[in-house]
Amino acid sequence: MEVITSIKPLLAVLVSLLVVPILISSTRPNVREGWTFVAAIAKFLIVISMLPTILHGNEIVCTVAEVIPGIAIKFRVDALGMLFALVSSSLWIITSVYSIGYMRGLKEHSQTRYFCFFALCLSATIGVAFSANLLTLFLFYEMLSFATYPLVVHHQDEEARSSGRKYLLYIAGGSIAFVLPAMLISYNLAGTLEFSNQGFLAGTGSKTLMLILLLMFIFGFAKSAIMPVHSWLPAAMVAPTPVSALLHAVAVVKVGVFSIIRILTGVYGINLLASLNLGIVVCYIASFTIIVASLIALSQDGLKRRLAFSTISQLSYIILGVALLSPKGMAGGMTHIAMHAFGKITLFFCAGAIFVATGKKNISEMVGIGKRMPVTMVAFFIGALSVIGLPPCGGFISKWNLVLGTLQADQWPMLVVLLGSSLLNAAYFLPIVYKAFFCTKEESLFEKKIEEAPVWCVVPLAVTAAASIILFFYPQPFFGLANMAVKSMLGG
Amino acid sequence: MSQQYPALLVIVPLLSALLISIAGWVNKKLCFPIAVAALSVAALSSVGLLLRVLDEGVVLYRLGGWDPPFGIAYYVDHLNGLILNVVSFVALFNLIAAKKSVEQEFPEKIGPFYTLYVLMVTGLLGIVVTGDAFNLYVLLEIAALTGYGLLAMGEDRAPLSSLNYLYMGTIGACFYLLGVGYLYIVTGSLNMVDIAGILPNLYQSKAVLAALIICMVGVWLKMAFFPLHAWLPNAYTYAPSAASSLIAPLVTKVMIYVMIRLVLTVFTPKYAFDTLVISHSIVWLACIAIVMGAILALAQRNLKKMLTYVIVAEVGYMVGGFWLGNRDGMTGAILHIVNDALMTLCAFLVVSNIVYKVKGHKFEDLKGLFRTMPFTMGAFVVAALSIIGVPPTCGFFSKWYLISGGISAGQYGFVVALLFSSLINVILFFRIIEIAFYEPFGNDHAHTSQPECIKEAPLTMLIPLLIVAVGLVIVGVYTSDIVTHIIQFAIPKGIL
Repeated sequence: MEVITSIKPLLAVLVSLLVVPILISSTRPNVREGWTFVAAIAKFLIVISMLPTILHGNEIVCTVAEVIPGIAIKFRVDALGMLFALVSSSLWIITSVYSIGYMRGLKEHSQTRYFCFFALCLSATIGVAFSANLLTLFLFYEMLSFATYPLVVHHQDEEARSSGRKYLLYIAGGSIAFVLPAMLISYNLAGTLEFSNQGFLAGTGSKTLMLILLLMFIFGFAKSAIMPVHSWLPAAMVAPTPVSALLHAVAVVKVGVFSIIRILTGVYGINLLASLNLGIVVCYIASFTIIVASLIALSQDGLKRRLAFSTISQLSYIILGVALLSPKGMAGGMTHIAMHAFGKITLFFCAGAIFVATGKKNISEMVGIGKRMPVTMVAFFIGALSVIGLPPCGGFISKWNLVLGTLQADQWPMLVVLLGSSLLNAAYFLPIVYKAFFCTKEESLFEKKIEEAPVWCVVPLAVTAAASIILFFYPQPFFGLANMAVKSMLGG
Repeated sequence: MSQQYPALLVIVPLLSALLISIAGWVNKKLCFPIAVAALSVAALSSVGLLLRVLDEGVVLYRLGGWDPPFGIAYYVDHLNGLILNVVSFVALFNLIAAKKSVEQEFPEKIGPFYTLYVLMVTGLLGIVVTGDAFNLYVLLEIAALTGYGLLAMGEDRAPLSSLNYLYMGTIGACFYLLGVGYLYIVTGSLNMVDIAGILPNLYQSKAVLAALIICMVGVWLKMAFFPLHAWLPNAYTYAPSAASSLIAPLVTKVMIYVMIRLVLTVFTPKYAFDTLVISHSIVWLACIAIVMGAILALAQRNLKKMLTYVIVAEVGYMVGGFWLGNRDGMTGAILHIVNDALMTLCAFLVVSNIVYKVKGHKFEDLKGLFRTMPFTMGAFVVAALSIIGVPPTCGFFSKWYLISGGISAGQYGFVVALLFSSLINVILFFRIIEIAFYEPFGNDHAHTSQPECIKEAPLTMLIPLLIVAVGLVIVGVYTSDIVTHIIQFAIPKGIL
């Protein structure tokens, strides 16, 4: 393994930050959106250009500045970070297309602000993905918290305000009250915050202290929406749908999960977790979330709220997979970052397209909608299959590995959780699709005339749906990256 | 020339103050340029002085050529070299930003205002630069008396609250003087270094203990350390914008410097932390100050008054951090002097811009400000994030050191108090941001584009504010350099 010093990670973070002044000052919407695409494509190309190096087993590092003596703002691109950066930077391009269709379709106000903060969020997301130490991760994590706030409360009404409060309470409150002290205690114990493949906390404190710190990290990174710090996510659904799609199905929530993976693998290390039996504690917390969130999702009538609870449950799959500490389980969990992203973003795109075309938000009002919006609902079906974890969709690959992981780790209860939850997933997704297509004339709430959302909305959701299927047949580079990450974390 | 920096620092503003008061009679337009020139000289001298200190170590200047301990000596080391820069630059930036608001608030008092302003900065710079305990008292009174005058120029309740401050401030200064008197009785000297040399033989003396405690109480009163804070909120709230944005960032911070100077140089850490066992109790007092400051801030319905209680809490940060007695805690306290001065300046400049435009600083005056004053509110968000302690703004880094110091000293109460105050700060500032962002609620708000109607403050107010706001991030990123090149040397080697 070689360590290559390059400025590319910094560029990948900065490119969307640098475009913000241009976005603010551009007076014509078309020019503004043009620059968003420039930034999104540039970011994707920079990330892609690092991929071959990573796939060859190398790492790219870039030290920006030493802000506290001994602790620098530093980037390090490894397989896991690459996986996450690839997912979020590629989906940003698609979401930008979708945003144009959605925001213009609804004639939303303050579109400049919207696109600016979107760009900021993506900078922060890539920053988290490429962080080399806990301080850098914390910095970008916080940046993301505050940059998403204006997006969540975009509508600026009473409902947005109360959701915004909840959002800040959980996310900023969690990171200040739990992550910050936990980080400082770790620093005092170990004298470093640098992520390493074997972790840096081994042999520094008693088991009780390690357990308390772990819980502080897991619940402090509330973006992962693990129960009981999950309730900001359904509340955040007041945001415009592209925000829910990219940020609250991909970027923000997965930053939370990603941070927890870093804590488990880069701060604690697999060996320490295994020797102190802490992995299983995390498994139980995660499986509780998986089951309870799925059950709640069953009873939600708001489509976006149902998707939100589904997201809460799916995020914990990822945590569960990594916490199993078995090679297959970890690889499955990490791959699920990508697979769930493509599936869930499709579902959100569909929800937004339905809202733009018909103004409907509730599932009970969507009977027969498949005849009105066939493309959208087919895409919805594919996205749902992927999230449930059925072939021929990408979600199957990750869930298959998760199941194998539970066997490898000899954790029968977790196997039951995974299978039970899959049934629940099917139970809350498939009726929507069924009712959309198969209903009597009397039941149908829509005319038979085909009338889709604007093409800017439909193309992105068709693309992500197609991607979900392609990922089943060709799960690279995500699956490969996940396996590489697992290999290095387990010690070669 | 460079040999004279310490004198220039004080003499130039002092004489300019006289000049301004004369200019006020002749032509009011001359006052502002003279003040700017005087404070620019002070700022340049302090930069020169800091560079010299970084180069050669402690700079000793004999005023009038008299040798210490009989003459007055100015000592400049890493600690006050840093603070001098903070004081002079904050004063200069605020002066430039103040021009328009002074012209608007009291056009007839331009001459007296700038005279008092420059005189006050003279006093503050003198306090920081002097190495003589009695000289410090004199300069303390100069800064205080001019401060009362500046604060009293404000709204209708200003004279009363300034009078209240005058009583409390005078008591505080008297306490300090009394303490210095005790020291003079037992040591026969007023020079700080000289006293420190004589004291070790007298550590068992009750008089020295009394001197320390009396001095501390005096200084705490002047810095508004809870529960001695009662004079501060009203005095700062009703003061004119231009005065409060000078006094709020600097006075409490300079008094914290005085506390640190007294303990580190005069009484020595060995006496204060090892011989006496008071440091733990003081940290607990600081915890109470932090928590109470936060809670009282939460009870306010007026932006400026809320910020004054935030200052009360921040004073607790610094007092507590310093009395932790370890290197991290002291680094945090000294770093926080710099950072808090900048954050408070930024927040108060925002207030003065708002007052300039909407003539009020109550919560209900803030409605819709994100639409009408986006740049001012942008700076406010940066200041808010810094006060909350979000990286990479500077407030995060001093909090980092303070919490780290608390952990390594085992003072978990202090750690919890800091985190509690950070959380309350989130509520405090996002409450303001909410009012400015959402209200007034429109009927069909979400889907109509409202016409842009930006009504920003004038550029002379806006540009200094934006520079300070950007500075909050830049200072944060350069924390490592400030700590390794300056603050590290400001803390005695014996402290780990």
